[in-house]
Amino acid sequence: MMNAQIERVILMQELELKNLYDDFRDGKTIQAYAKIIAKDAKKLEKPINIMEVCGGHTHTIMKFGLPQLLPKNVNFIHGPGCPVCIMPKERIDHAYVLSMQENVILVTLGDMIKVPGSNGSLQDARAKGADVRFVYSPMECIKIAKDNPDKTVIFFAIGFETTTPMTAVLVEQVIKLKIPNILFHINHVTVPEVMVELIDSRDVHVDSYNNQIDAFLGPSHVSVIAGSKIYDKFPKDYGRPVVVTGFEPVDAMQGISMIVKQFVEERCELEVQYKRVVNHDGNLKAQGLINTYFEKMSLFRWRGLGNVPDSGLKLRDVYAHLDAEKVYKSVLPIAEIEDHKLCICGDILRGMAKPQECTIFGTACKPTTPIGSCMVSSEGACAAYYKYGNLIDTSKSVSE
Amino acid sequence: MTKTITIAHGNGGEENNELIKSVFYKHFKNDILAKSEDAAVIEDGKLAFTTDSFTVSPLFFPGGDIGKLAVCGTCNDLAMMGAKPKYITCSVIIEEGFPTRDLEKIVKSMKKELEINGAIVVSGDTKVVPRGSVDKLFINTTGIGEIQHKGISASNLKDGMSVLVSRDVGTHGATIFAAREGIELESTLQTDCASLYPEVKKLMDAGIAIVAMRDATRGGVSAVLNEWAKSSDVCVEVTEESIPVQEEVRGICEMLGFEAVDLANEGTFVLCVAKADEAKALEVLQDTHKTATVIASVSEQYKGRVILNSSWGTKRFLDLPTGELLPRIC
Repeated sequence: MMNAQIERVILMQELELKNLYDDFRDGKTIQAYAKIIAKDAKKLEKPINIMEVCGGHTHTIMKFGLPQLLPKNVNFIHGPGCPVCIMPKERIDHAYVLSMQENVILVTLGDMIKVPGSNGSLQDARAKGADVRFVYSPMECIKIAKDNPDKTVIFFAIGFETTTPMTAVLVEQVIKLKIPNILFHINHVTVPEVMVELIDSRDVHVDSYNNQIDAFLGPSHVSVIAGSKIYDKFPKDYGRPVVVTGFEPVDAMQGISMIVKQFVEERCELEVQYKRVVNHDGNLKAQGLINTYFEKMSLFRWRGLGNVPDSGLKLRDVYAHLDAEKVYKSVLPIAEIEDHKLCICGDILRGMAKPQECTIFGTACKPTTPIGSCMVSSEGACAAYYKYGNLIDTSKSVSE
Repeated sequence: MTKTITIAHGNGGEENNELIKSVFYKHFKNDILAKSEDAAVIEDGKLAFTTDSFTVSPLFFPGGDIGKLAVCGTCNDLAMMGAKPKYITCSVIIEEGFPTRDLEKIVKSMKKELEINGAIVVSGDTKVVPRGSVDKLFINTTGIGEIQHKGISASNLKDGMSVLVSRDVGTHGATIFAAREGIELESTLQTDCASLYPEVKKLMDAGIAIVAMRDATRGGVSAVLNEWAKSSDVCVEVTEESIPVQEEVRGICEMLGFEAVDLANEGTFVLCVAKADEAKALEVLQDTHKTATVIASVSEQYKGRVILNSSWGTKRFLDLPTGELLPRIC
């Protein structure tokens, strides 16, 4: 009896782990969706450009070779949803300068340590003796702070709605446990505000509002936190359908199929493909936590996009004593720094160009020697193209 | 080459190759080194000669420790050239304050592994450095082996040949990641760390003509296949679905954004044989590990490149891993 129970528990655990991805990568299901999309796409009056807002989707699309399965009149354009890619150089310089301060341990997430600022990357700072660490969970900062009571731990927080609650929990714990040596440098940004910017933005080069976006694939994990409600206005006020979609290839193909169907049936709606987790309201507790500690910044400068109103978060004024941007104000550079002249990350982040249209893509700019931020993060469009994209028909450009 | 060395320069991938080429090969240049095999073949093809240093953290991990790794690593490099490991040297750099009991535990585990290979330590060196100068303990081993199967080389692959892996991939890398401080992951994973000579001997005894053979250490299976594709100027076409990966390794990869083929192994090798030898080689490999399987075939579609074919009819390149292995952030 006991053994049977244990076996059942083990079996259940195995099933759970496999079920997280196996069914959603089934070759036959993916091909079946490809057929449905191809059939429906024949009825399209004009080609459609679908922007996947999130870098995670870009990664899925390229890794699983999905453009190879789509008809010529269904096209992806890649959006700005990679938290590392959109970080302007001056903020990377902030991280670099902070890491070089005496008795500071700079902690951040993953790829952030590879992005080059004007003095180099955090990896370079580390090679020069700075104490830079990357963590999987912001909560690890607490242990680092307790192990190093005579040092100041600065958590360089990045990410969209998905990672903001984790930073909020850390702020809450720092206050609750009265931890004296953790500060925050907040770079959290939000998805809907930048989507509005993409639709409304004027291309300074040609002086027109010429975005090519016909529909959006919304990232599911953002809506797990923020709900699908954040996209209500896009079909209603901007005439762009949105389908909130998961990250496995079957999810993505189903999401695309739902978008194509909307065009064929002349609908313009907000739909949720990722019904297994996402609802309209999202995680209210997480949203409450974010609101407790953070407020909107009137402007946040995005790499390539410039200042986007209400798109960034900062610590509320009552928590200013925890804000590294305020505490270290005197040493942090304030000038805005432009990107390398030949780098077109800005156009790529706005969905106006694809990586292979850049003259330095794959030549001067590679994952090992990145010039633009889109080549740094695995979620960046350039990195995904460089790593997976070479076999894909590159004749499809954004304007097609 | 960048002005300073970063962790990425030791990743077994692209940056690592750049460092070796632009600094070491530049000054040490000679015909034997230029072959860049797992072990150098010297004395008219009679002997294989190699060296390796071990800096793993933590020193003790599920299924092994730095001592076992230090013997396996060097002996496996010899075995991969079809050589029987014979004479090993052992140099250790120890941080002041290191527990003697731990040291002895490590040396005992080296002894055990030497016995499996039938090799002996014939020379050694010990250095103790002040606290903070090394992280606990580093080991270097150098080995000489007697070549029993000639002509194994990364540049021998030809159109139509088959590529096999000796077992499921990525286990060592995933185990170390899960065991590292600061990552709260519970797993029952054990490293694949093992001596490969016994398995190589079985292949040779079965009369299989080994074309190329390499243990997939840093850089994983990706690095091996890419190196072969380049050295032999062929295309290696991998059937993605066929790559054997343990469920737990897959879970860790999914969570942290890694690919199992990029993760290090310490007792898993990639083997290339003629199509005619495929079935027999597979039978021999599966005698040791049930998960051994054929993962790829050699073609001329994209010379110098490795491609992954998916079960839904798409394909993509499989590149050398680059950068420091970092988790994706969202």
